[in-house]
Amino acid sequence: MSEVRTPLFRLAKREAMSREKIWAIRVGSIIIALILGCIPIMLTGNNPISAYAVIVQGSVSRPIYIRQTVKIAIPLLGCALAIAPCFKMRFWNIGAEGQITMGAVAATFFALNFAKTIPSPLLLAIMFITAATAGGLWALIPAFFKAKWNTNETLFTLMMNYIAIGIVAWLQGGPWEGRKGSQLIPMFDDAARLPEVFRVHCGWIIVLLLVVLMYFYMNKTKQGFEIAVIGDSVNTARYAGMNVGWIIMRTMFISGAISGIVGFMIVSGANYTLYKGVANGVGFTSITVAWLSQLNSFAMIAISAMLAILEKGSNTLQTRLQVPASIADIITGILLFSMLASEFFINYKLIFRGRDKKEVNA
Amino acid sequence: MTMIITLIAAAVTFGTVLMYGTLGEILTEKSGNLNLGVEGIMYMGGAFGLFGAFYYEKAAGAAASGPLAIIIAILSALMAGMAASLIYSFITVTLRANQNVTGLALSIFGTGIGQFVGEYMRVREGGYVALSNNLKNAFSATIFPDFMVKIPVVGQILFSHTVFFYLAVVLAIIMFLFLKKTKYGMYLTAVGESPAVSDAAGINITLYKYLATVIGGGISAIGGMVYIMTTAGCVWNHEGLSGVGWLAVALVIFCIWRPLNAIWGSVLFGAMMIMYLRVTIPFIPTEIYKILPYIVTVIVLIFTSMKNSRDKQPPASLGLNYFREER
Repeated sequence: MSEVRTPLFRLAKREAMSREKIWAIRVGSIIIALILGCIPIMLTGNNPISAYAVIVQGSVSRPIYIRQTVKIAIPLLGCALAIAPCFKMRFWNIGAEGQITMGAVAATFFALNFAKTIPSPLLLAIMFITAATAGGLWALIPAFFKAKWNTNETLFTLMMNYIAIGIVAWLQGGPWEGRKGSQLIPMFDDAARLPEVFRVHCGWIIVLLLVVLMYFYMNKTKQGFEIAVIGDSVNTARYAGMNVGWIIMRTMFISGAISGIVGFMIVSGANYTLYKGVANGVGFTSITVAWLSQLNSFAMIAISAMLAILEKGSNTLQTRLQVPASIADIITGILLFSMLASEFFINYKLIFRGRDKKEVNA
Repeated sequence: MTMIITLIAAAVTFGTVLMYGTLGEILTEKSGNLNLGVEGIMYMGGAFGLFGAFYYEKAAGAAASGPLAIIIAILSALMAGMAASLIYSFITVTLRANQNVTGLALSIFGTGIGQFVGEYMRVREGGYVALSNNLKNAFSATIFPDFMVKIPVVGQILFSHTVFFYLAVVLAIIMFLFLKKTKYGMYLTAVGESPAVSDAAGINITLYKYLATVIGGGISAIGGMVYIMTTAGCVWNHEGLSGVGWLAVALVIFCIWRPLNAIWGSVLFGAMMIMYLRVTIPFIPTEIYKILPYIVTVIVLIFTSMKNSRDKQPPASLGLNYFREER
């Protein structure tokens, strides 16, 4: 055959799209997801519109609900901020779950042993710092092996999660157990609890500060620039004389430290104790938050708020309409799928056979 | 002696669950797709497997036959897992979204669906969903005749397991032969190692990635069903099932992507996970046993990367999407 057949359509990378159009696609994908979410709701025999109304009501209609929703959003947002620099660097850190847990362990150690001897503000400061250090060191382990021997970081960080959780399970039933046989670590003293501002633990102030700091770090500093270069091309970074291994380890330490701080806020601000489910999937969910926000700190506020509303609202849905609360996970999943899929239409365009002749020939 | 034998038998029971999860994920990863949704896929397999068997028994009443219930449970789990991985494949292969993020989204979605189906059945059936003892026994019975099971030592170790174990072993051998001895298996490996080269050689990358991921997901899902129907005793138990999928992902590494290693690897991991119930070693707290599989996996991961021997690596394109125009 002399003439080569052009396929029906082919793909091409899209040049920059207008901002309005991008956001229109994203909002459209959220709407599609919410429509798809009607299916499981209808399966339970409920009216989807009233179910969504209950979700919104149950999460934002009264100050007390808003406070609970914010409490869910704090760790999600904080952890998404932690993940952003790693993902920017194309270092797939999916070990935030474990880094949160180790941060929580370090904070708990001081809360249990020094609550009576160290004054509260100092104690909280120590808990904050040690939690950050513990999370950072925990993250440093896979980063070291990645830098040194190029060990697969996705799988390594994933394994580290379960090691961390296993350590807490051991502490819970062993050395830190409160009443014998209870398998529970005692509740923290008041001195080790985060003070409340507007009746939500002051973690929300810390995360909002982190949002600004992370934005600044990623966009305005030399280190942020280095991370971006490595993300685009490791070789370019090497030619430019950057010490890639060192930057990987430094970035992972920062990331782990922020996750550790999140762990501290969870035990000291929300749970007042430590148990093996302390991270509760936040480390995983926040990865999707970070990614869907295009690693933009400010967009993360919106996405984490959205997921928090879904989660809090679904609990209300369960008590009011007997819809299983797992509906939150289903709708979250659909939402993530839909938004991930929508990125395709932002990044690529379909070129159909026959049209765009000029470009086909080019 | 009896203690060791019961330990092995119990290790095999839990190991069977892992073996399905791992074999499915090996097939998936061979195509270069790192599907982190195994946890969700196994939840869905467990819930839908129970769903299928339960409603079959409800429809058939006393006439329900064990083998048919097993087939229905396997098929329901398989379909659920294939549907879930089809979503994953569409989003990562066709729409080229990030594999890690999509896999995690599938984990969230799948655990949600599994829980939802489990809860939904409980509410609809007014409290308690379980199979009759008759069918329960069918799921946990061995396929070998009584006299073989009664052979001292050997009988317990080799012939006392459920049909699912033997099926899994056969599956592992088939997968080994497929990957090593057939043209299509070689093609699949090539796709996972270097999609660009395979594409140039005329292999349909998209087709291979889709098929491997969807079939792999279906196999993984059977593992979830096996857990619910054997270890959990035919009732929905989401707490027991949580973490099993991640353990299967670990096991894939431990087996260095070889199906035959999955046979003994899964039994070993199974032993490590249940050891705390049966063996006590002085000075080592039992909770620490449960993190052994993960520590061992990390060590394997480190050593394979340090030695850098070519036949012990993850598929080279693992986790990366292929876009022809981007070469």
